[in-house]
Amino acid sequence: MDEHEFNAEPNTPSKVEVTRRTVIETGTTALLLTTLPRAALAAGPVDDNEPSPPVVDVELQINGHPHPLTVDPRTTLLDALREHLALTGSKKGCDHGQCGACTVLVEGRRINSCLTLAVMHDGQSVTTIEGLALGDNLHPMQAAFVEHDGFQCGYCTSGQICSAIGMLAESRQGMPSYVTADLMQAAAELTDAEIRERMSGNICRCAAYPNIVAAIKQTAGMPT
Amino acid sequence: MKAFTYQRADSTAHAAAVAFKPGTKIIAGGTNLLDLMKLQVETPSNLVDINRLPLDKIEDTRDGGLRVGALVRNSDLAADARVRQRYGVLSRALLAGASAQLRNKATTGGNLLQRTRCYYFYDITKPCNKRNPGSGCAALAGFNRIHAILGASEHCIATHPSDMAVAMQALDANVETVNREGESRAIPIAEFYRLPGRTPEIETSLKPGEIITAVTLPPPPPGVQIYRKVRDRASYAFALVSVAAIVDSTQGRIRSARLAFGGLAHRPWRTATAEQTLTNAPANTTSFNAAADAVLHNARGFGGNDFKIPLTQRTLHSVLAETTRT
Repeated sequence: MDEHEFNAEPNTPSKVEVTRRTVIETGTTALLLTTLPRAALAAGPVDDNEPSPPVVDVELQINGHPHPLTVDPRTTLLDALREHLALTGSKKGCDHGQCGACTVLVEGRRINSCLTLAVMHDGQSVTTIEGLALGDNLHPMQAAFVEHDGFQCGYCTSGQICSAIGMLAESRQGMPSYVTADLMQAAAELTDAEIRERMSGNICRCAAYPNIVAAIKQTAGMPT
Repeated sequence: MKAFTYQRADSTAHAAAVAFKPGTKIIAGGTNLLDLMKLQVETPSNLVDINRLPLDKIEDTRDGGLRVGALVRNSDLAADARVRQRYGVLSRALLAGASAQLRNKATTGGNLLQRTRCYYFYDITKPCNKRNPGSGCAALAGFNRIHAILGASEHCIATHPSDMAVAMQALDANVETVNREGESRAIPIAEFYRLPGRTPEIETSLKPGEIITAVTLPPPPPGVQIYRKVRDRASYAFALVSVAAIVDSTQGRIRSARLAFGGLAHRPWRTATAEQTLTNAPANTTSFNAAADAVLHNARGFGGNDFKIPLTQRTLHSVLAETTRT
């Protein structure tokens, strides 16, 4: 065993409370055969007869503060935020990287926190929706979403806002998109088509898309 | 998710040695593997995290090509100035895949090794020879709209889902690997993927424990490069049909053409005879139809995916018209 390998503590029970266990195991067959999102599967069935794996230590820098955690290695970054740190602003929508509700910024880049393990991010910085405002002063993207009514039910909103912030940073760095006409252009202008393509990983079932686009344009300093 | 132990690799040789053990899986971006683990399609007992290995560089090669480290993220590869300038088809293919969040996480090596999105592969209550060899193929008589029309077998009609790999097929990329003895080799991408045959569970020519370290791109061939993807949504959907094309033409005559197709088969698809048909041919409908016939003459639909045959023919026609427009 090398020094990078986590030491097993076979007699330590898992400290993770796996919630939603054995969620709706009956009926999943029918669900999978339709084109419905697999949201109902949530965290997936957990085999209660299996021994718990050894827990692992991880330290995340969340919204500027260090958070040492001891977790079951199965713990996704999303579940670490929500279930271990009570940071429930990041939402679990599909839990399969299809909806974007769980979007957070890791080392400044937007990712789906449901499709990565907390332990893979030891020592890295994570920014969640809770880390954007300065006291009572909303982040400009948050304020723009309020001003432009960029949501209805609000479930996707924290993911939309984190994603939009990551998207503007990518755009400033010159990242092209699928709809960018000229790949050699230094930085594509953020037209509505560009914003929609770059935000396609965030689904809004209330379809507040026009207002989300307006909020993003305002934050980018463009006419809405 | 089934329980597993987690460890971090400190070298590629170490990762290869650990990965050789049954039940062990390498994790890089994890965007496909964790999805499959949540559904218990994949049930590794041990995960080896290679994210901290120094495989995240894009380097110029002596022959004027590029060497892309296995851990280069899809977004970084798509945005690299050299890729945008010289390998536009690759940049476009990457940007056509997944969402920005997933591209920020997904790696070059992981993208090559992602699994099919066949519904029945994902549904552990259904027979699937790829997931459970010998259990049968539920897609044959099932809902097979997204399935293969070329190179399929009675055992599996799944398609490979990658866009990136289709562009790499057109570019004649090589997949560099290392094994647990520390020996490296370069596998031409044309020999990297397998057809399903009787063993659809074996998808690549990688041997147990062999790990992808890089993908090398030869100097780009002359010609216009485009990637055309036809799908059910304008964004964030897998290809029904895609075409990576590199076509060199002048004044209505094609000098050379490379064509790779996604969404049609168990691997990115190339047909040498179709490309030969276009060499020194006039850029007109007769030539385009001859090329499509060469690609599709062994095509076979399974009901739900019959539409892919004319869709491929029309998409190819459109791509060739665009790339030969002067």
